[in-house]
Amino acid sequence: MQVFLKVWRQADAKSEGQFVTYTVENVTEDMSFFEMLDMLNNQLVLKGEEPIAFDHDCREGICGTCGLFINGRAHGPLRGITTCQLHMRSFNDGDSIVVEPWRAEAFPVIKDLIVDRTAFDRIMSAGGYISVNTGGVPDANTIPVPKPKADEAFDAAACIGCGACVATCKNSSAMLFVAAKVSHLALLPQGQVERKQRALNLIAAMDMEGFGACTNTGACEIECPKEISLVHIARLNREFLKASLI
Amino acid sequence: MNWFFRFMNSSVGKKIIMATTGLLLCSFLIIHLFGNLFLYGGPELFNTYVERLASVKPLIRVIEVLLALIFLFHILNSLWLTLGNRKANPVKYDVNRTRDNSSFFSRYMGITGSIIFIFLAVHLSTFWYKFQIDHEGGQFYRIVTGNTVGFNNPYITGLYILAMILLGFHLRHGFQSAFQTFGIRYNKYGKLIEAIAVLFWFAIPLGFVLIPIYFGLLKGGF
Repeated sequence: MQVFLKVWRQADAKSEGQFVTYTVENVTEDMSFFEMLDMLNNQLVLKGEEPIAFDHDCREGICGTCGLFINGRAHGPLRGITTCQLHMRSFNDGDSIVVEPWRAEAFPVIKDLIVDRTAFDRIMSAGGYISVNTGGVPDANTIPVPKPKADEAFDAAACIGCGACVATCKNSSAMLFVAAKVSHLALLPQGQVERKQRALNLIAAMDMEGFGACTNTGACEIECPKEISLVHIARLNREFLKASLI
Repeated sequence: MNWFFRFMNSSVGKKIIMATTGLLLCSFLIIHLFGNLFLYGGPELFNTYVERLASVKPLIRVIEVLLALIFLFHILNSLWLTLGNRKANPVKYDVNRTRDNSSFFSRYMGITGSIIFIFLAVHLSTFWYKFQIDHEGGQFYRIVTGNTVGFNNPYITGLYILAMILLGFHLRHGFQSAFQTFGIRYNKYGKLIEAIAVLFWFAIPLGFVLIPIYFGLLKGGF
């Protein structure tokens, strides 16, 4: 099949970018979206042109490195997947596909489709962890965790920090990301010691990085490749409220 | 007090102010609609009701000032949040299929709110002004149903109906969103909140809409 791409090209963070259109031929439905881009890039290199820069690493939906805004949706038209898990069978012969980088003030474009997501790392370093004395590995189950709590904590821990929640949010809010971190640790016994400070510090870091406020539209939940629920944002709000007022 | 300003300045704190003021304004809707229902009892009953209210004027004035402050907080806070959100998201996508991942009501809170605000300004400068200052010796019922600022004026009726429909849209998202902000939407109260939400986004706006329809379109027939 043949597809028509309209891709955001930008030489570096300081340059102005623009859309460039490409026609990609001999695309098969078994190709992943990235394999289609790889094929296009090969052709660009052979022609002596600059290949399209895009982030990718594991290509199996677990590392959180990739992320493209495809035809108006973060990670493309399907639910519950990362961009690397998107295949060309989701498109039809002759389709026009618009490919854009994540758009948010806190995620500046570095080159073409690659954005700088170190704002997430700075939020994590503000408290998205537990402090423990390192030593010998403790025996399993020395700290009992009820199964339902473990499951819910795991749902939150599934966050891979890809930034789709920010990318799709009309306010570029990072609430789902922060909620996943706070919720994950607030549900587990190991997270209790720093529980209050974590909620306060992560929200403060999120605001400082220039992410917007949550309007509860729920777009993040729909676009999250790990399908992290708004339930966690409710818990984050509760944690923040309790930590601030009590 | 440091913690208080930190809280008020944070994005979640601002949302909590939004939710609190929003729910307080919702409670005012119940009282207002309750008063409006006296209209169906005819001129005598309605005028007596308004005069009863006038007899507790100092209390009414205090409530009015509180209400004005709540409105002001709700509006200014929303502007403050919106400005911050615009700054956080300055570059728009070429293609953005927001319809696929969020409701119409949740995306247009600013627009529905702004039109409700215009209505509020008109409502105060017509009904409220007439009731307080220029009520022609207690002819409250006639003011409401008349053709100067009342429901026999098609512009007043049109704006009223439009604003109440948009109020329904605003609360369709806003009411439940407030509980999400408080962090209590997804627990054992979830179903109850959903049920009460229907009262606020459907039943109450419908109650308001029926008044201009009955007294303007059906009874008045301008």
